[in-house]
Amino acid sequence: MDRDSEPGAGREPAAGDQPPPRRVGRGVFLATVAGGLSSLYWGQAAWSHLSRALGGVEAAVPLVPRGGWRIYTVAATMPTFAPATWRLRIGGLVHESQELSYDELRALPQTSQVSDFHCVTGWTVHGVHWRGVRFRDLLARARPRPEARALEFVSAEQPYVDYLTLDQAELPGVLLAWEMDGRPLAREHGAPVRVVIPEMYGYKNVKWVAEINLVSRAGTGYWERLGYDRDAWVGRSNGYGS
Amino acid sequence: MTQLAEPQRQHGYVRRFSRTERVLHWVNAAGFFLLLATGLILYLPALAATVGRRPLVKDVHFWGGVGWVAALALVCLLGDRRGLLRTAWELESFSEQDVNWLLRRRPRRAGRFNAGQKLNAALTAAFVVLFFVSGLLLWLGERDTRFRFASTVILHDGLLYASLVLLAGHLYLAVVHPATRHALRGMVLGDVREDWARQHHPRWHAPD
Repeated sequence: MDRDSEPGAGREPAAGDQPPPRRVGRGVFLATVAGGLSSLYWGQAAWSHLSRALGGVEAAVPLVPRGGWRIYTVAATMPTFAPATWRLRIGGLVHESQELSYDELRALPQTSQVSDFHCVTGWTVHGVHWRGVRFRDLLARARPRPEARALEFVSAEQPYVDYLTLDQAELPGVLLAWEMDGRPLAREHGAPVRVVIPEMYGYKNVKWVAEINLVSRAGTGYWERLGYDRDAWVGRSNGYGS
Repeated sequence: MTQLAEPQRQHGYVRRFSRTERVLHWVNAAGFFLLLATGLILYLPALAATVGRRPLVKDVHFWGGVGWVAALALVCLLGDRRGLLRTAWELESFSEQDVNWLLRRRPRRAGRFNAGQKLNAALTAAFVVLFFVSGLLLWLGERDTRFRFASTVILHDGLLYASLVLLAGHLYLAVVHPATRHALRGMVLGDVREDWARQHHPRWHAPD
């Protein structure tokens, strides 16, 4: 811009001893944009260090979802849990199909673990306490047939579905969980039960599990149909770490 | 309506913002609040559970963002482009007195914009760009791993907090603070009281 040609611009008094104005605004704009874009490379590491160093800083900031959770859903409404009538169905390639009530499920051998929860979109919740049942114990009474190789998790949130191979379901820390951080699983976290597999991204951790079917091979889950990896290893899938 | 940056005296009032500038401001504000409302529904677990319909809210949020930036571009293209360029020049130029204004030194007489308003404008413009780029990356990343970065969501959320701080200060000065809230009239109707302009923006509307 040639300021002399614009009579309306910058009506500074004609004081000859004043230095010309500097374009600070442009600098602030460009520096902010550049800083923001560069954070695509350092943002996650910086935030991770900060939240670890300050310990629970999320809880102190207003608005931040408790513990850093974000709630992702695919249907119009979240499923509601009615303890009296709720049943978990176990079927498919099994010798004996099962229908477990909430109480029967919690009477199974329990285990607990603490792990970090990673979302494929980049956020992480550190040190989540989970309690639930390991799949070996859950499936014992149904007795999977020899040809069964994978588990199909059908969510009460239609049409969400996802799969784990039986080998993946036997990894350490893998649970069907009904308790999170010492409390019954909250509705937005998948009440009453969800899959927990710490080594994989959140979309494999199916919420509101209503039905588990033994199948001969892992199918294509909800997000996998939209291009996400079937084996969602944290840091080694979905374009990360490659 | 071309020389609106020039003070025009009429019945004790002086023109501060052109129609293009006001439309640009309110389009930006409307877009921001639409995206804030839909964004908070997507972001806060309690709201997400109450409202539900995440896929629909996501669509409104994304296309609202595209519409927001498109509307801003349209206003710039169809409005008084020369006037906007002149205003942009005013906003980015910091004189000695603007620097004094920031450092609370004297003399610190403001022009049509004081240094705080200039900084607010620069940051707001940068936030629009960053919101748009990071939002677009979130949308693309859901469809193609080449656009998926682990830090995109952190940038988008960080911008939310930074812009809320900026907005809180802006709303306080525009609506609450007795000395400055007359400026709101300028952004709604275009003109402000002459005596107010003289007091707060003396290098723009100089005493006779």
